[in-house]
Amino acid sequence: MDNNKHLLDIRGLKVSFWTEKGRLTAVEDATFSIKKGETIGVVGESGCGKSVTSESILQLHDEQLTDYEGQILYKDRNLLDEPERKLRKIRGNEISMIFQDPMSSLNPVFTIGNQLVESLMLHRKPSKKAAYEKAIDVLRQTGIPSPEKRIHDYPHQLSGGMRQRVMIALAISCEPELLIADEPTTALDVTTQAQILDVLNELQEKTAMGIMMITHDLAVVAETCDRVVVMYLGQVIEETTVDQLFENALHPYTIGLLKSMPSMESDRSDQLFEIEGTVPALENIPTGCRFADRCPFATNKCLQEAPVLENATVSHKVRCWNYEEIALERGNGYATTTS
Amino acid sequence: MKSEAEVKTNYRVKKQKSIARIFSNHMLLTGLVIIVIMAIISVLAPFIAPYDPYAIDPLNRLKPPSVEHFFGTDDFGRDLFSRVIYGTRISFFIGAVVAILAGVIGLIVGLISAYYSILDHILMRIVDGIYAFPSILLALAIVAVRGPDVVNVLIALVIVYIPSIARVVRSAALVVKEQTFVEALNAQGASKWRVLVIHTIPNLLSPLIIQVTFVFAVAIITEAALSFLGAGIPAPSPSLGNILFDGKNVIYHSWWMTVFPGSFIILLVLGLNLAGDGLRDLLDPKIVNAKRKKSRLIKTGKKVGRHGQQ
Amino acid sequence: MLKYTIQRLFSLIPILLVVAVIVFLLAHMTPGDPVTVLLGDEASEEAKAELRHELGFDLPVYTQFVNWFTGVVTGDLGMSFFLKKPVTEVFADYLGPTISLAIYAQIIAIVISLFLGVIAAKKRGTFTDQTVMGFSLLGISVPSFLVGLFLILLFAVQLQWFPVAGYRPLSEGLWEHLRYLTLPAIALGMMQAGLITRMTRSSMLDVMKSNYIKTAKSKGLHQNRITYKHALRNSFIPILTVIGESFGTLITGAAVVETVFNIPGIGQLIVNSIERRDFTVIQGTVLLITVTYVLLNLTVDLLYGVVDPRVRLNRKK
Repeated sequence: MDNNKHLLDIRGLKVSFWTEKGRLTAVEDATFSIKKGETIGVVGESGCGKSVTSESILQLHDEQLTDYEGQILYKDRNLLDEPERKLRKIRGNEISMIFQDPMSSLNPVFTIGNQLVESLMLHRKPSKKAAYEKAIDVLRQTGIPSPEKRIHDYPHQLSGGMRQRVMIALAISCEPELLIADEPTTALDVTTQAQILDVLNELQEKTAMGIMMITHDLAVVAETCDRVVVMYLGQVIEETTVDQLFENALHPYTIGLLKSMPSMESDRSDQLFEIEGTVPALENIPTGCRFADRCPFATNKCLQEAPVLENATVSHKVRCWNYEEIALERGNGYATTTS
Repeated sequence: MKSEAEVKTNYRVKKQKSIARIFSNHMLLTGLVIIVIMAIISVLAPFIAPYDPYAIDPLNRLKPPSVEHFFGTDDFGRDLFSRVIYGTRISFFIGAVVAILAGVIGLIVGLISAYYSILDHILMRIVDGIYAFPSILLALAIVAVRGPDVVNVLIALVIVYIPSIARVVRSAALVVKEQTFVEALNAQGASKWRVLVIHTIPNLLSPLIIQVTFVFAVAIITEAALSFLGAGIPAPSPSLGNILFDGKNVIYHSWWMTVFPGSFIILLVLGLNLAGDGLRDLLDPKIVNAKRKKSRLIKTGKKVGRHGQQ
Repeated sequence: MLKYTIQRLFSLIPILLVVAVIVFLLAHMTPGDPVTVLLGDEASEEAKAELRHELGFDLPVYTQFVNWFTGVVTGDLGMSFFLKKPVTEVFADYLGPTISLAIYAQIIAIVISLFLGVIAAKKRGTFTDQTVMGFSLLGISVPSFLVGLFLILLFAVQLQWFPVAGYRPLSEGLWEHLRYLTLPAIALGMMQAGLITRMTRSSMLDVMKSNYIKTAKSKGLHQNRITYKHALRNSFIPILTVIGESFGTLITGAAVVETVFNIPGIGQLIVNSIERRDFTVIQGTVLLITVTYVLLNLTVDLLYGVVDPRVRLNRKK
């Protein structure tokens, strides 16, 4: 397969749920793509729609309560048009997921071996013995010591880090092309976090799978990702390479996020920067720019008209009316050339 | 800071909402309507019943429903409609008295065990002991030993249903006791009784009311079962249970003897259970949310389930 | 596990002791002199005194209790006043039909309600769901003897598919046995069915929200496999609790339903004993059923371990 071709291409994805407050749109106009072997980070505060987007790729939401619009192109097939039967062949086989909370993501009443083998038997149909061997093999790949013993354990007998390794093993057991990792390290302690990220990096080097890394932690992004998508209140507001993001962030929200990151050098007496205000609820989304009422750069236009995702440079997209002024003010290298 | 006026309006809005919720809560509304109708029937029984429920008419034995006898007549020729009305009155009366007595005694026992740890051990062992008995069985045994009459049925049912209320009250009171506002009041030097009467009891009311409603319902069922087994309201007094007992012997040809009193029991119990379920939805915030979500979703034509999870 | 079981058994001792005291006191709850009640007003003073002595009523209450309780612990529940047989023997004579009925009812209830509960959970919010929930509310609201009467009217009197009443022991063939027990078992099982259906539905809905169900879906499993393998097994603990609790009530419920269908079980024994004022039998029966009920609840509690490895392994420690 052509390396430059998109493995996954999400175009104008809109996801809405039927709730007691009526129909709420959790994701609107999500547009980004992932190439083979690439790691893309999706960042944003909780509630910004990153998990909704990721779960929409495999359509894991309650189908009776969820409406999807737009396109999710996987190898040029729109997953939103595929029948359930075909989706099941993709889930866990070509695209698989790791969830945030390893404590609750494994079924407590089955052994981990049972859960691993179930997936293998479903997609690969090996003999039972071969499936168990393969399961032990993937467990070993994720760095679980003595996997031939652990395979008979129940999830509650393992630590959080070990369970997340099991989740990873489960996700990679059928050698997927794309791995969606939804905050895979959030629930873990710092040392374990680093180990888990290492495991993922190693696996990617071996298999060249695409990884979509959902996180609210910019440190994780810096460490693992090639490109970054920043989401705010259901929209993609900025998309660029990791280097550009840390050097030339354009969207005021992204800038705020970067500022609120604690750094090694900063003086302890420095107060951490905090973005003013709170994320508005989904049922009263502002008409103009969704970030306007928290934005230090907001103008009248921002309050009235919704900005679109524009190309600031070839590799940098941003959804802001004032990104040029912001770039100038911050002295970004390329800001002048874009206008 | 919100101004006082704002807080007041909010409170009023909340209150209006809760009244609106009673009406939007179909279960509770249906249940209440049934209960009110049954209560009216019970109170006005002497005016509603067209005949004397004890008047025997040997010439008109086991007549099917007709214009003169809406529900037909029983094996003594007594008007079944009148007997069912009076039977409802007795069932309702017994259910209500048991609910109130068991409610009050259960409240006291529950409060005492929540607040006096020495008595708690003794009381809760007794409560657990009574609770261990299947309720009908214990009631049956008590009435069997003491002899079937209204007072003994009442005594038996009250004894049997105190534990369930005492348990609910005790666990709710223990929760309230640990709450910060009660600790604050104690710290302020509020008297024990003041804290109990003004602050604790109101917080126990919703679980208590819900439990009392269910006791009301099961007391009616148990009384009917006791009377049906011949260990309840003795003949010739009409009770829904003993009418059914008579009806069983003639079930081959006189269906009305079973269907009418049976339907009244079902209505009574269904009404109480609906009200109990509805009250629980209304008063327990956790469940309310889930249920309201559900009813709204049904209205919007969509189905219920997980949603809005990010 | 063994240690846990023993612990639980010990924790039952105070409850069973209170149960024993209450049962003992039953005999003393008669209004007036129990001996007069037993023998009637016309009995001579000598006869009364003799019976009083025979029953031990002339001893102080605590001595009576100690004597009675020693008997109970050694398996002696006294003699039936009317049948002139040991209470335990009388009880055993009547036990078979009740157990048959309770088990049959429980099976019917479990099968119906697991099926309905899962369907209701899968189709939550729909007409099907509401119908199932309405049915279960009805099941909970309608007392079993009434269900029994209505079933007789419909299936025995009108349609004549089943016998109106009566009992055939298993020795006359399984088919005959079940034919006579089907209506009573449905009547008896209705309330449990209602309870278990509710619990199955709500437990399934809870479990279906959990993350491991999402994991299962993300693995590409078929919805049915998710429902029946991953969700149902996890929903089982609360369901099992209800089943356990309800099995106890089934045994007593059976007593009432037996009267409707003239089944010669414990229910009949109690009702007959009430008429005969055979207090020792009432006492003994109530005690035996209650102890069975308590032990059944314990068994259910211990069964959790079989279903849930978390419980099982924690208990091992």
